[in-house]
Amino acid sequence: MDFITHLINGISLGSVYAIIALGYTMVYGIAKMLNFAHGDVIMVGSYIIFLLMSNVGVPAIPAVIISIIVCTTLGIVIEKIAYKPLRRATSLAVLITAIGVSYFLQNSSLLLFGSDPKVFSSVVNLPSIKLANGMINISSTTIVTVVVCILIMIALTLFIKKTKAGQAMLAVSEDKDAASLMGINANATISLTFAIGSGLAAIAGALFCSAYPSLSPYTGAMPGIKAFTAAVFGGIGSIPGALLGGILLGVIEILGRAYISSQLSDAIVFAVLIIVLLVRPTGILGKKLHEKV
Amino acid sequence: MAVLEVKDLVVNYGLIQAIKGISFEIEEGELVALIGANGAGKTTILHTITGLIQPKAGTIIYNGQDITKIPGYKIVSLGMSHVPEGRRVFANLTVMENLKMGAYTRKDKKEIEETLKTVFEHFPRLEERKNQAAGTLSGGEQQMLAMGRALMSKPKMLLLDEPSMGLSPLMVKEVFSIIDYCHKEGITILLVEQNAKMALNYADRAYVLETGNITLSGDAKDILNNDQVKKAYLGV
Repeated sequence: MDFITHLINGISLGSVYAIIALGYTMVYGIAKMLNFAHGDVIMVGSYIIFLLMSNVGVPAIPAVIISIIVCTTLGIVIEKIAYKPLRRATSLAVLITAIGVSYFLQNSSLLLFGSDPKVFSSVVNLPSIKLANGMINISSTTIVTVVVCILIMIALTLFIKKTKAGQAMLAVSEDKDAASLMGINANATISLTFAIGSGLAAIAGALFCSAYPSLSPYTGAMPGIKAFTAAVFGGIGSIPGALLGGILLGVIEILGRAYISSQLSDAIVFAVLIIVLLVRPTGILGKKLHEKV
Repeated sequence: MAVLEVKDLVVNYGLIQAIKGISFEIEEGELVALIGANGAGKTTILHTITGLIQPKAGTIIYNGQDITKIPGYKIVSLGMSHVPEGRRVFANLTVMENLKMGAYTRKDKKEIEETLKTVFEHFPRLEERKNQAAGTLSGGEQQMLAMGRALMSKPKMLLLDEPSMGLSPLMVKEVFSIIDYCHKEGITILLVEQNAKMALNYADRAYVLETGNITLSGDAKDILNNDQVKKAYLGV
């Protein structure tokens, strides 16, 4: 019975990774860059919820909605100021800038909110669920996280398949110049991608901090790196890949912590990543690379 | 009045001057060929017209409007459609999705359906493969798709970049018969081709481009019979 509890907790943590990984994978697919500041947007979003709930007394749902709006705006602003001027620069320059933005967000938060961890109160206030005569106890946060992840996946898939903006994203991700010839504003499409990714980061932050309630300026860094790992694991650029990679990573981490070693659980996660990449360099669901010569 | 007027166009690639101040114009309904060797600057000219590259100097006037500084994505809604070199179809999207992408700027659903019908009439193979990913098509079929996609915007002017490149002789014929049909429909066409003989046979007028300069211009028939051109481009 313990195994089932661990498995469900793993799927739940994996769902958070999957939601964050979507931001990495969509931005990579469309702007061909790794936005290493993505994890820190999660932290900013969590602070906003924390401040609204603890200091202002705003209820959970409106606090999350405000956080989504702020993070969406933050994502667009970061893209405009830091990445857009580098559209034609080398990928290394963009990568270093992204790391710079990450430090900027962390240190600004350190300045504004201080270094001591805050206790984040869960945005989900429902009773926990008991199954099999109370042998399995699942917290409501766990369930809500999985449900939210599924809803996001469905909504995003529909958005990309059915809307013009979604189709424009696909076109830009394949060929920016050809998309421009079709009348698609590539810059606006890239902005939209950052907006969606950052909005999702706010949701992920709310769910992550509800499960792990210690909030500091470095809170976003680790889940950020793990979600990036999940995106690579599943195949970067692929939305189903982000889901699969995220869930697998979460399950491996929780089971590793429960049955092998709690100290080694992160090492196990990254070891699995290395093994997968040795066998399939483009990730589980990744496309074969056909780079033009 | 000229539909497209290019005046003193200069385009740089880094430190290299790719286009060295050329001027040309195209009348409404004309099929004009731009011929020249590899690296003469033909593709660069098309890319500059549709805003994928910004020129260093010069102006581009389309239908009396200066489009030199207009962002590339706004060009197609002015009625100008560009079929790029190497087809550039969206390989992971289906044939149908590619065609719909061609009508991205149009809002009239009914009329889009009608255009789609016309495109399928001319490219029956695209209809047979409409649910197939574009990347799985043959080179010739991809060229058809690229042209069909361009026609989906209902253009008044077409820019065609090397439509016959890498195709079998039979496919080349088919591509040119479509170009001929568009020409007869009254679409103004600027055709860039390495297959100079084929291009000159179909074109009304032509310009010969050599390392960034126009060295010869005139009626396509005259250029076809020009001794220099015969030697350099027709291999006669």
